[in-house]
Amino acid sequence: MLNQIVQGILLGGYYAILASGLSFLFGVMRIVNLAHGSLAVLAAYLILTLINHVTSSVVLALVLAMPVLAIGGWLLNRLLLQRSMRGGALVPILATFGLSIVIDNLLFERFGADTQSLASNIGALSYSSWNVGGNVYISQLDVLTFTTAIVVLGVLQGILSYTGLGRAIRATADDPATVDLIGIDSRAVYSAASAIAMVLIAFAGVFLAMRATFTPYAGSSQLLFAFETVVIGGVGSLWGTLLGGIVLGLAQSIGAQINPIGFQIAGHAVFLVILIARVYAGEFKSLGIRWSMPRSERPKGVSA
Amino acid sequence: MSLLCVESLDARYGLLRAVRDVSFSCDEGDILALVGANGAGKTTLLRSIAGVHAPHAGRIVFDGAEISTLRPAKRVRLGIAMVPEGRRLFGSMTVEDNLRVAAMRARPGPWNIDSVVDAFPQLKPKLKSPAGQLSGGQQQATAIARALMTNPRLLLLDEISLGLSPIAVDQVYGSLQSLVAMRTTIVLVEQDLSRALRFSNRVICMLEGGIPLRGKSHEISREAIMDAYFGLDRGEPSARH
Repeated sequence: MLNQIVQGILLGGYYAILASGLSFLFGVMRIVNLAHGSLAVLAAYLILTLINHVTSSVVLALVLAMPVLAIGGWLLNRLLLQRSMRGGALVPILATFGLSIVIDNLLFERFGADTQSLASNIGALSYSSWNVGGNVYISQLDVLTFTTAIVVLGVLQGILSYTGLGRAIRATADDPATVDLIGIDSRAVYSAASAIAMVLIAFAGVFLAMRATFTPYAGSSQLLFAFETVVIGGVGSLWGTLLGGIVLGLAQSIGAQINPIGFQIAGHAVFLVILIARVYAGEFKSLGIRWSMPRSERPKGVSA
Repeated sequence: MSLLCVESLDARYGLLRAVRDVSFSCDEGDILALVGANGAGKTTLLRSIAGVHAPHAGRIVFDGAEISTLRPAKRVRLGIAMVPEGRRLFGSMTVEDNLRVAAMRARPGPWNIDSVVDAFPQLKPKLKSPAGQLSGGQQQATAIARALMTNPRLLLLDEISLGLSPIAVDQVYGSLQSLVAMRTTIVLVEQDLSRALRFSNRVICMLEGGIPLRGKSHEISREAIMDAYFGLDRGEPSARH
């Protein structure tokens, strides 16, 4: 059981990376990006393509993919998300759902149905592990994933807390109309937030590709895990995303120990229990820094 | 040349004309009070100048350039800052962060964190506190200080005394004296007529979107304003338009 707990915690690192972009974009723009999973798969294919044609280094491919995806995120925001937001809360959901279908089918058209993976490109990292006592083994890739999750979230917290861009993002998440009144174009901040979310998605894509196999239609399952992580950890919460990932990873890992199909069912069950508990508690609360304050928590005189 | 020139402005909410064919101008250093009953169109006029509400017709000229179609953020960079009704602070951020974020796209000018804290000393011990946890008066001071951080040439103040205790209102208006001394141009919407007349040098009374009365604050009688306020017609033709 100890082994399962350790594996579950480490698995949470991947879910935290996967969910951070979804949570971040929701926290800033109040958009549920249903294309999030497909975008992670798109990032995985982009990195795979770079490895096949430009460089054999996964790290370098990730570094090259990040600005490409960031620019894509900026354009996505300007051309689709901001326009769809003008139509009300439902339109962005429909728009991103449509986008996910387009991405999935374009990937299928370009790459076919073959499963892909970067495991062969990372050598022994894909299977090496450390024995930390007894029958507890920890995968080196899992440790790298978890460490990356902490570093990525830490850097994101640093950006949000100590940089001008971070302050602008937090202010825009609070009240975009008032941000315009102090000379900051909220549309530009939204686009920057979208670019950051895509950089986070680049990390999700590379770890998806290194840890497992993927196909053009793998996005929906990734979206589901990301969504469950965000809800468990608290909507729009930075470190809550890591906690949510760990809880989901633990549930899946322990569930798999009990029954082979328990991997999926236990995760969904924990998600449902927490979702229902939060709905009945009246609001979604979370821990740690957040990029926005729920309107119900805003005191009088504070932006609506 | 006037700093601000509003010409035949018409602003609507759907079919409702909130501001009707309003024209006025404002010189550098003016303190112009907009008074009138609820629904008279004061806030809509202020929001139109700030760019928050798109006018239906008319022109807004600032420092010789038409700004009618510019977004609010661009108007701020030209030197127009607004303190909105209800303060609308970024409540989860500290007071200092509220000020710093406003300085990001600021024009060059005299205002920085040190100088706004000098003008609003009640903020000094609260710089690290979340803005949402301040008292009403401190929040209003933060909202005005935040607007000043953009180094405006024209400051629009919308109902800054709303919801504050009389002591807090006195404190906020007391702090505004430093702006008067610096000859900052101010257009303010104020429900407290006596205070508006004391603080301003010009007054515009609005009624149902129009301007039935305007003039110098020390020349217009309180009775004339009250008549215009409620749409009564009892005289003072020299001040009427």
